[in-house]
Amino acid sequence: MAEGHSGPGLKHRRWGMVIDLDRCTGCGACVAACKVENNVPEVDPQEAKMGRVMHWIRVARKEEHHGDRTFVSIYPALCYHCENAPCTWVCPVHATYKGIDGLVGQTYARCIGCRYCMAACPYTVKVFNWLEPSWQETLREHTNPDVSLRPKGVVEKCTFCSHRLQKARDDAACENRDVREEEYQPACVEVCPAKAITFGDLEDEESQVAAEARSPRAYHLLEELGTEPAIQYMNPRERRV
Amino acid sequence: MSEPHRPLAENQDEQLYYSIDHTGPGFYLTAAVLLAVLVFGIYQYYLQFRYGLGVTGMNQPVTWGFYIINFVFFIGISHAGTLISAILRLNQAEWRRPITRMAEVITAIVLAIGGLHPLIDLGRPDRMLNIFKWGRLQSPLLWDVMSITAYFAASTVYLYVPLIPDIAKLRDRGTRPRWLYEFLSWDWQGTPRQHQVLNRAMNLLMILVIPVAVSVHTVISYIFAMTLEAGWHSTIFGPYFVAGAIFSGIACLMVVMIVFRKVYHLERYLKLVHFANLSKLLLVMAAVWFYLTFSEYLTGFFGQEPAELDVMMYKFTGPYAIPFWLMIFLNFVLPVALLSSKRTRTIPSILVVSIGIVIGMWLERLIIVVPSLSVPYVDFPSHPYWPSLTEISIFAAAISAFCLGFMLFAKFFPLISVWEIQEGRETAVKETSERIASYLPDDPENVSSGADPALEGV
Repeated sequence: MAEGHSGPGLKHRRWGMVIDLDRCTGCGACVAACKVENNVPEVDPQEAKMGRVMHWIRVARKEEHHGDRTFVSIYPALCYHCENAPCTWVCPVHATYKGIDGLVGQTYARCIGCRYCMAACPYTVKVFNWLEPSWQETLREHTNPDVSLRPKGVVEKCTFCSHRLQKARDDAACENRDVREEEYQPACVEVCPAKAITFGDLEDEESQVAAEARSPRAYHLLEELGTEPAIQYMNPRERRV
Repeated sequence: MSEPHRPLAENQDEQLYYSIDHTGPGFYLTAAVLLAVLVFGIYQYYLQFRYGLGVTGMNQPVTWGFYIINFVFFIGISHAGTLISAILRLNQAEWRRPITRMAEVITAIVLAIGGLHPLIDLGRPDRMLNIFKWGRLQSPLLWDVMSITAYFAASTVYLYVPLIPDIAKLRDRGTRPRWLYEFLSWDWQGTPRQHQVLNRAMNLLMILVIPVAVSVHTVISYIFAMTLEAGWHSTIFGPYFVAGAIFSGIACLMVVMIVFRKVYHLERYLKLVHFANLSKLLLVMAAVWFYLTFSEYLTGFFGQEPAELDVMMYKFTGPYAIPFWLMIFLNFVLPVALLSSKRTRTIPSILVVSIGIVIGMWLERLIIVVPSLSVPYVDFPSHPYWPSLTEISIFAAAISAFCLGFMLFAKFFPLISVWEIQEGRETAVKETSERIASYLPDDPENVSSGADPALEGV
């Protein structure tokens, strides 16, 4: 599939991230940037209390108990664009699939809303439009024209800002060259004030992201499941325990 | 009451037409109440269709709730019928005769209701046909669509074919609407040739329907087992679901039998022996169910895998402790306590146990679907799942639709197979004694007596 989409002259890339938890401050800039970039709907407080918050990226909170002490750590969580993506295996209508450069895509216009992919995702990163989506006045007027608005009843999730990749690919195709790594960055990477997220081609040995991915501090979330996520975390250097 | 002289066979079974001939105020009242519940459920579904699945209690991460639970539950109940009746027919169990029809009716009705549930659960029911347009055969949901359709086709045919002689009887009695019976009886005259064809069709169908029935609930379990979720990803799920389905199916069948026996005065046909035999089957299934449950949880527990253990503790001591232990009580403790002894195996206690098992098996579906979703692998704020009014009223509507469907069937067709009862009365004793004679050791004087006639020439 990926080959078919690549077209002549475009090199296959494996886009991925390394998130340095030593640098992440949990400021939430990525959450806000993602929300605006991708027209992620707002959810009213009543709905939010029921557990229907819609984020494509969120700041996850982890609690560890050691004796009578509790350690709290945080990490940004988003779609991991797994190499072996369990959500794409179960979709009955090919609405979630492995697309260009191995990114896990969502076809909103085809999704029947069975939510099987949400149940199958071990990382719980997919969200559902439980009601007709809504935005506040100003956001409604300034939705990003590059990203389609989703109707009620479909599943959505982080796409690694694939509309940005599409743009970069179009530019590259016009000039008959490959996409340069610096041409494409998701909004969360771009906005991170602590530069905690390194983004790039994991298969390119020279890239910074590949170098960081080789670090002994780097690890995959739920590595034991064999999903081969495209995102790795870097452990904080000092363990407080 | 029974007459002193043995009357003609035709008049003897007049009681079986009681439900068709008599429609009292009780029927209309019950039907009206059920219809009201059904209409309210449909209205609630309309609201869901209009506003989205937000009207339910589902959330992230509990993305499946009542609809999927009830889907698994109803499809499980549907195993009552076809499978049980096919197995009993295949075994030539003579006591099956007054039971099979009701079992088959349950299957057909419940399967239609259960099969609707995944569609009720869809966020975009308007795009339902994408399943055919863009269908991925690799998705377990597609396997479901196929096996449920096949099972529905097989079980409605399996209900209809043994019904034909009875429809002809109704036609001959001049029951209204005549066109219906004339059309459905397919010109049945009861000739030996027709009986031969009917028997062959029934034999073929019952053998065909068993693997289809097994596949249906296996495939439903695969929806869960094929994911990587802790508590779902288990190889035992196929047989576990099938056993649970048969278990809840028999229990539901008994409830229906006891209720309609009372309502339509079928005590002469549905005797204690039928209930006793079925409750022995129920007892066996309770043991099988417990064995599979035990294996499933011990395997999960012994490995002490954190994710698996989290889900398990959520069930054992966490928010799902009450449903979990209630399930163990209703599905195992109660049936074993009450059905093991002949003294307590009475109709009221069988009714209590059966209702308990139906509830217990519903709880089992709840306990399988929700906790695995409530306790995700990753750190995700989990919100307790409570069904909304919409989900509860659609559940109530589904149960009403089942009762209504059954009542309507009873208005048009006999709930007990008249011709099979008569056939049993005429031929069963002779056939059974011949069959038993064929099991016995041969007479040393006359080797051919009772032996297989095919071997006689040898």
